[in-house]
Amino acid sequence: MSHAALTVDDDILAYLDAHERKSMLRFITCGSVDDGKSTLIGRLLYDTKLIYEDQLKALEADSKRVGTQGDRIDFALLVDGLAAEREQGITIDVAYRFFSTERRKFIVADTPGHEQYTRNMATGASTADLAVILVDARNGVMTQTRRHSFICSLLGIRHIVVAVNKMDLVGYSKETFAAIETEYKKFAAPLGFQSIVCIPISALEGDNITAKSARTRWHKGPALLPYLESVEVASDLEDKPFRMPVQWVARPDHAFRGYAGTIASGEIYPGDEIVVLPSGKRTSVKRIVTADGDLPRGRARQAVTLTLADEIDISRGDVLCAGNSPAEQTDQFAAHILWMHDDQLIPGRQYLLKTANRTLPATVTELKHKINVNTLEHLSGKTLAINEVGVCNVSTSHPIAFDSYAANRTTGAFILIDRRTNATVGAGMIDFSLRRAQNVHWQDLDIDKRARAAAKHQRPCILWFTGLSGSGKSTIANLVEKRLHDLGRHTYTLDGDNVRHGLNKDLGFTDADRVENIRRVAETAKLMVDAGLIVLVSFISPFQSERRMARELVEDGEFLEVYVSTPLAVCEQRDVKGLYAKARRGEIKNFTGIDSGYEAPTHPELTLDTSKVSAEDAAARIVDYLDSNGYLVG
Amino acid sequence: MSQLSDFLARAERYAEASGLSLSTVSRKLLNDGKGLARLKEGGQCTLKTLEEASARLAALEIEIAAPQPSAAAPAPMLDAKALTHLDRLEAEAIHIMREVAAEAENPVMLYSIGKDSSVMLRLAMKAFYPAKPPFPLLHVDTTWKFREMIEFRDRMAKELGFDLIVHINEDGVRQGVGPFTHGSQIHTDIMKTQALKQALDKYKFDAAFGGARRDEEKSRAKERIFSFRSREHRWDPKNQRPELWSIYNARIHKGESIRVFPLSNWTELDIWQYIYRENIPIPSLYFAKKRPVVERDGALIMVDDERMKLGPGESPKLEMVRFRTLGCYPLTGGVRSNATTLPEIIKEMLLTTTSERQGRVIDHDQTASMEKKKAEGYF
Repeated sequence: MSHAALTVDDDILAYLDAHERKSMLRFITCGSVDDGKSTLIGRLLYDTKLIYEDQLKALEADSKRVGTQGDRIDFALLVDGLAAEREQGITIDVAYRFFSTERRKFIVADTPGHEQYTRNMATGASTADLAVILVDARNGVMTQTRRHSFICSLLGIRHIVVAVNKMDLVGYSKETFAAIETEYKKFAAPLGFQSIVCIPISALEGDNITAKSARTRWHKGPALLPYLESVEVASDLEDKPFRMPVQWVARPDHAFRGYAGTIASGEIYPGDEIVVLPSGKRTSVKRIVTADGDLPRGRARQAVTLTLADEIDISRGDVLCAGNSPAEQTDQFAAHILWMHDDQLIPGRQYLLKTANRTLPATVTELKHKINVNTLEHLSGKTLAINEVGVCNVSTSHPIAFDSYAANRTTGAFILIDRRTNATVGAGMIDFSLRRAQNVHWQDLDIDKRARAAAKHQRPCILWFTGLSGSGKSTIANLVEKRLHDLGRHTYTLDGDNVRHGLNKDLGFTDADRVENIRRVAETAKLMVDAGLIVLVSFISPFQSERRMARELVEDGEFLEVYVSTPLAVCEQRDVKGLYAKARRGEIKNFTGIDSGYEAPTHPELTLDTSKVSAEDAAARIVDYLDSNGYLVG
Repeated sequence: MSQLSDFLARAERYAEASGLSLSTVSRKLLNDGKGLARLKEGGQCTLKTLEEASARLAALEIEIAAPQPSAAAPAPMLDAKALTHLDRLEAEAIHIMREVAAEAENPVMLYSIGKDSSVMLRLAMKAFYPAKPPFPLLHVDTTWKFREMIEFRDRMAKELGFDLIVHINEDGVRQGVGPFTHGSQIHTDIMKTQALKQALDKYKFDAAFGGARRDEEKSRAKERIFSFRSREHRWDPKNQRPELWSIYNARIHKGESIRVFPLSNWTELDIWQYIYRENIPIPSLYFAKKRPVVERDGALIMVDDERMKLGPGESPKLEMVRFRTLGCYPLTGGVRSNATTLPEIIKEMLLTTTSERQGRVIDHDQTASMEKKKAEGYF
């Protein structure tokens, strides 16, 4: 036990006091498969005597049973936790380990080496101050080494240790080590690390782990553990401008109203002026409340509750900032995005974006380029696949308060969430705003939507017809438009045919193009609603996420989803355009209902099945709906 | 513009005269260490900011022009010490709890009465102060807990005034399930794992705090802080959501749930140290006392009630023992000890050579047993 530099005779109270004042270092280990990460961590735990007797016994038994080191202890078995990976002999996820020495406490993220698990490495890197990158002395700097270094840099790690492992297998060769050091530093130069320290080690033999090894006398630098104990990574968090994302509002009674959150950067004193984003309202801090009494000063990383001098409407999602140095605000920004899901990132598709304290709809409007993480080259591409990194333009439904990720890891970071599955699909780091959004105000036109609509005696809306090909969408839409026209209403119909031949003639039928197709149609429909029209949109629109995007573009009550639910069998039997037959023969690919899915609406405003009602009756029901819900005033 | 360049020149003169770095001066004037550098490179600021900074600079210039009181004059002492490891762990746990309170519709805190639960409870009281934690506590009672645990639980509920839900698997009780008759595996599955699922389903909790720590056990080390569970309460270790920074994805569909572990990054020593620092009450079972025990399969089992049938040759002996973890009494082995105070316990813990869970009979049933139990819905 290394907490047990303690002996039976020591004064426990003094020990506890000293332990409490230890500093802390969070680091990650990464490297290629078989570089020996798990062995290294096992070795660190073993050498700092954090392995208990019972664990050691189990380890010895396991080493004999499944170990790869013959009769010797296989340290990797200490940390390769999950049953599945014991069998495969690999590490498959991020594991966190804890150990301490007399000087420091360490939290280690053990991150996997193989390509398909890059997302886990990013996870470990996001909270680490330093990275230990393992390189197999026999193989030198490999593709994985470059990838991991790039991800460390991308996630804002500034201190790197290159542990050149398995030196025992290259005869502790000074030249081999020097060559790797030179190659690594050359490769890493553009990555902007503050420090790179290379150390020759053998995790298996214990060379240069806790103390310098006699077998590498030529090595002038430190051994690994002493270096980790002393490296200074103190961040300048407290020197940065004050930021506190509001997490939760404490209102135990009418007398108290406090804003709870973790201070992301800077410090704050009672009396300091703050500005609340996005409202831009200013006030000052009254008290810094904690359960242990009010604080004279709050500082970065503390979880506090602030009360303010003035009653201002503040809620979760707002960011409290230093009065003289507020964060920026924008609804369009450039960001690096690391994709972490099997379903590709599709520009134009809507995701949920979550910042430190706020969740809102967002779209990647443009994938500017991808980055080859091995060469750092820029590549063009239409989508991002799992483990790919891209530079993107992102648009959010509302402005968010932010700092660049380089300036602030808390207020510059976000994750992307798939709206349907709720999976975390991407991690983003904000670079800069694409416009001075705070200076852009919508032109305050004298003639607004309401005025235009009133002139037409109607409430504008979108009637969005969705359903399979041949279900009767366009037929019904045409009948509805005729009736509305007869009633003196102002309408327009957007359908696949009139849009595909013009506005969207550059788009094909891949998933990405279908999403973009719908996005353009939805935006066009929105403009028409702004013009005061009743817009009829007739599109198969098979994906829920795109229909939801269209719905959220306009105000509540302006989007009416009409689900034409005619069954596939009936549609195929009708086959007005002969398309089903072609699809069945394999002449058309990605045909909805045949070899491409259709996601039925869950809460459509209207559902009509033309195998049960006639198109005329269906149209009449829609017009009735509009009438009885106040769309056809006057 | 000349106002700006004048200001910059003055700031640089002041930096030189005071011996402070330009970034320190920048922080004093603009509350931003890089502000001056940015302005020098042609950056912009509002007139108001410039005027305020200028006024601050004027005050500093006067200060430096005045005769120095004495070289030994103490610098204005603020608490310059960095946050300690415990402070940081505490802040992290509070952040996690607030996030759940804000995002979950119907959260609950699992309360197991042990030391980790006690720490979690204290953190919850802190996180929402001066309001009360916006969630109830749930204790899954296997009916085989130490009697003292139940007394302690009820006393804490009364003193702190929190809502306590106690759930017992009544089917299991009717079938007479117990560790002596059914073995630890079946007992734990029915009275703990199944009971927990029943309770979560019954009250429709969508988020449940647990006091598990990553240093306890190998499969825990890989679990996320926000750990997703399917409608069947299953954990899929291969399909965990990536968890970056302190941004937690708490979104779920109806019927699914999230287990949340605010103490993930704490170690056993951190827990004890925090209990000591904060003076948190814990059951006296943790302290050594003469207790009636029998030695069975190498474990010291306390005879806590008449349901424990003694085998041939077994008779309870009074021994000074304490417990390193608390669970069902027939499954929790005590250790011989003379530690009757917290520092003594901590010292003993630091000097000990066996890991914490070893006293628990359930983990020894099979290799990787915890991971298997968790996949099935165990906490």
